[in-house]
Amino acid sequence: MTEISRRRLLQTGAVTAASLPFLRALPAHAQSSDVMVAVNGQTINSLDLHRTGTNRPSYQVAINCYDRLVSFGTKPSMGGGLEFDYSKVEPELAESWSVSDDGLVLTFILRDATFQDGSPVTAADVKWSFDRAVSLGGFPAVQMKAGGFTSPEQFVAIDDKTFQITLDAPSKLAIPDLAVPIPFVINSKVAMANATEEDPWATEYLHLNTIGSGAYKVARWSPGEQLVYERNDDWASGPLPAYKRVVIREVPSAATRRAVIERGDAQVSFNIPSKDALELSEMMEVNSTPIANCINCIGLNTKFEPFQDPDVRKAVAYAIPYEAIFQTAAYGRGAPLWGEETERSDIAWPRKTGYMEDLDKAKEHLAKSGFADGFEVPFSISLNQLDWMEPTALLIQESLAKIGITVTIDKIAGADWRTASLVEKRLAFHLEGFGGWLDTPDYYFFWAYKDGHLFNSSNYRNEEIETLVDVTLPMEVDHPDYEPNVKRMLEIALEDLPRIPLWQPALNVALNGATDYEFWFHRQLDVRPIKPA
Amino acid sequence: MSQRARIIAARLLQAIPVIIGVVTITFVLTRALPGDPAVYFAGDAADEASIQQVRETLGLDKPLPQQFLIYVGDLVRGDWGDSLSTGQPVLSDLSRRLPASLELTLLALLLSCAIAIPLGVMAATKPGSWRDHLCRVAVTAGVSLPTFFTGILLIYIFYYLLDIAPSPLGRLDFLYIEPERVTGFYLIDTALAGDWETFGGAAKQLVLPAATMAIFTLAPIARMTRASMLQELSSDFIRTARAAGLKRRKVLLGYALRNALLPVVTTLGMVFSFALGANVLVEKVFAWPGIGSYAVDALVASDYAAVQGFVLAMALLFVALNLIIDLLYAVIDPRIGFEGG
Repeated sequence: MTEISRRRLLQTGAVTAASLPFLRALPAHAQSSDVMVAVNGQTINSLDLHRTGTNRPSYQVAINCYDRLVSFGTKPSMGGGLEFDYSKVEPELAESWSVSDDGLVLTFILRDATFQDGSPVTAADVKWSFDRAVSLGGFPAVQMKAGGFTSPEQFVAIDDKTFQITLDAPSKLAIPDLAVPIPFVINSKVAMANATEEDPWATEYLHLNTIGSGAYKVARWSPGEQLVYERNDDWASGPLPAYKRVVIREVPSAATRRAVIERGDAQVSFNIPSKDALELSEMMEVNSTPIANCINCIGLNTKFEPFQDPDVRKAVAYAIPYEAIFQTAAYGRGAPLWGEETERSDIAWPRKTGYMEDLDKAKEHLAKSGFADGFEVPFSISLNQLDWMEPTALLIQESLAKIGITVTIDKIAGADWRTASLVEKRLAFHLEGFGGWLDTPDYYFFWAYKDGHLFNSSNYRNEEIETLVDVTLPMEVDHPDYEPNVKRMLEIALEDLPRIPLWQPALNVALNGATDYEFWFHRQLDVRPIKPA
Repeated sequence: MSQRARIIAARLLQAIPVIIGVVTITFVLTRALPGDPAVYFAGDAADEASIQQVRETLGLDKPLPQQFLIYVGDLVRGDWGDSLSTGQPVLSDLSRRLPASLELTLLALLLSCAIAIPLGVMAATKPGSWRDHLCRVAVTAGVSLPTFFTGILLIYIFYYLLDIAPSPLGRLDFLYIEPERVTGFYLIDTALAGDWETFGGAAKQLVLPAATMAIFTLAPIARMTRASMLQELSSDFIRTARAAGLKRRKVLLGYALRNALLPVVTTLGMVFSFALGANVLVEKVFAWPGIGSYAVDALVASDYAAVQGFVLAMALLFVALNLIIDLLYAVIDPRIGFEGG
């Protein structure tokens, strides 16, 4: 696949030569409205999301080349452009669906769609793909579990067009979890033809080939250099995308990416630094969408003695220079999460905490605590995320010194960061930036406030939170108990403060010559809606 | 000639213990790196069970000696393992990326020599003159600018402001299709295929990064040429040649330079090796899919197979490089017997 020779490409492309303008030389650059160039700083390391070791940037292949049963609607975003709307589930490969009265059986009717080899998409393909998503383990299995999908027995192909899922317990997360990138539908006939005894799920074949019914297919992929999408003109699950070809170029240097987007040689620069976003926004369309259900926060590890004292935690929360951090580390991109909040009238999330920089209050709390004379603590940051973590750490260090807490900054190697902060949870005082794909506060609490869960890097445990989250997580949002439960969770979390929210980070995307970008919770580039400007 | 072949074979045999040492040491060192690749590659929301699953898939749950035996066994069979961060076999990654780096480095060195050697000769003929000072200022300026800075500056001037350079996006603009692979060197492969349009495209992409690196490597070559030329020019045989009334050109280039080249070639070997390493920054700035950025990314991600593969490839490359330099000595100076080297 990566080895498509020029001759073969010319032969196969002879018929469509006119539609493949960048064979040989194209006089003008990508100003042709058929081709879009997007630059991005990260490597795509597989075309198969389910494979062990597939990294985040590779998820965009699953999004652009495969269909899921359902998707979300869109709504205008405060960061510019559109963003996904979690409250509106819309059909993708499924034409319609129904839920049984007890909420346990979900039945999907598939639309008439074909895979890119021309064969029809059947419920058997959906079942095979879902079986694969729960069987290969790793992150896909974890994410499927969030929706209540754990074993292949739950999935049944009733007939060619009808697919049924049986849940062990009803959950409001089940249907939204089908819209995340993981449960994508694969052409099972082609996959099985390429499976082997040791590799029954054809991971080696899918690693290099896209065999879906999606809007695009990967025409060429040179890992570390570029990936080329080619449009599937027979795409049935949505409006035909505007671009025939999309070239995703990997450019590690942010300075080079900026030069290229400014000159207009690329139409999209994805995930740009906040500083560039601020400066480029005067010249072109820049979307800085606050990432749904994502918070950059300070973790106070309860294993560290001073942080077991509630007054110490409050003292720290009142000593953080929030505004300065937001302006220095994020260049004001995103949403502030401090101050205001006098009473909690709704359950919007992420929300302002009510804490603000107030050194007198901080000193008061510290004086009341068992550590009135202050203490020393290392503040850990990741070498891979220095762009926002380092300025934040320096400002916190400076500010805490004023109330007598001595902070030393401890930089941890990128490869060790996850192990230290999330798996072993051994960092006393650190930064954390979890974001949940499924956009409800209880889902965030499930990952970040429940004891032992991955993103609870503070080792926080509160019995009431434990039961509240378990009860609320599957509950429908219109259930009468839902809102009071979430309010109670927010109340406990903001009183106990195992995590001090700083701001809601933004995903910055610059567009020059293209428009209609949409922000999605998975934080990858969905090229399907983008059009030439 | 057959004797020389035998000697080359003997030299290659001597390299075997070196390779064995490199394989062992890199294996141990990569395991000593901080970080757990299983955690890193299990993904953002992985739990304990899925991390363990990844660890087993990668064979990292086995005891170290057993992992080492498996690794060596695979190496002997020609399997260098799979890189986790690129998702490709290490061997195929290296065979794509090494030519990219070599093409850039060799071209940069060629360019550098073409400027530095005449500059050094010029400086040596009139030491202390304005030419000498010019040479000194030029090379000092070149070496004191970090490559990423020179790179970004060149991009800013020639691409952003003047718009005469192509977009700095790797080895080929996306308008061209990469040439059929023979050597992996785009200039050679396109020339072999007779595809001069793509040749031009590849050459254009090379100009800025090669110039960046050439500027950086000017100094050692020019300084070494100057120093060794000065020494040769003051030696007895040059005085004799001058006294015999030989032409200035003949004396300078035929006798002095030829003898002065020996230390220059030695320096070139060293410059080549550090240029290949210093490439990383140039590669990042020009989105060049080379071996330096590959190695750095692999290190950051604790990608064992890729790091081991990189070090091994480098070890092999330098065994070859040293051999070539020794052979070059004999060409430049027939007095140097190969046996002695």
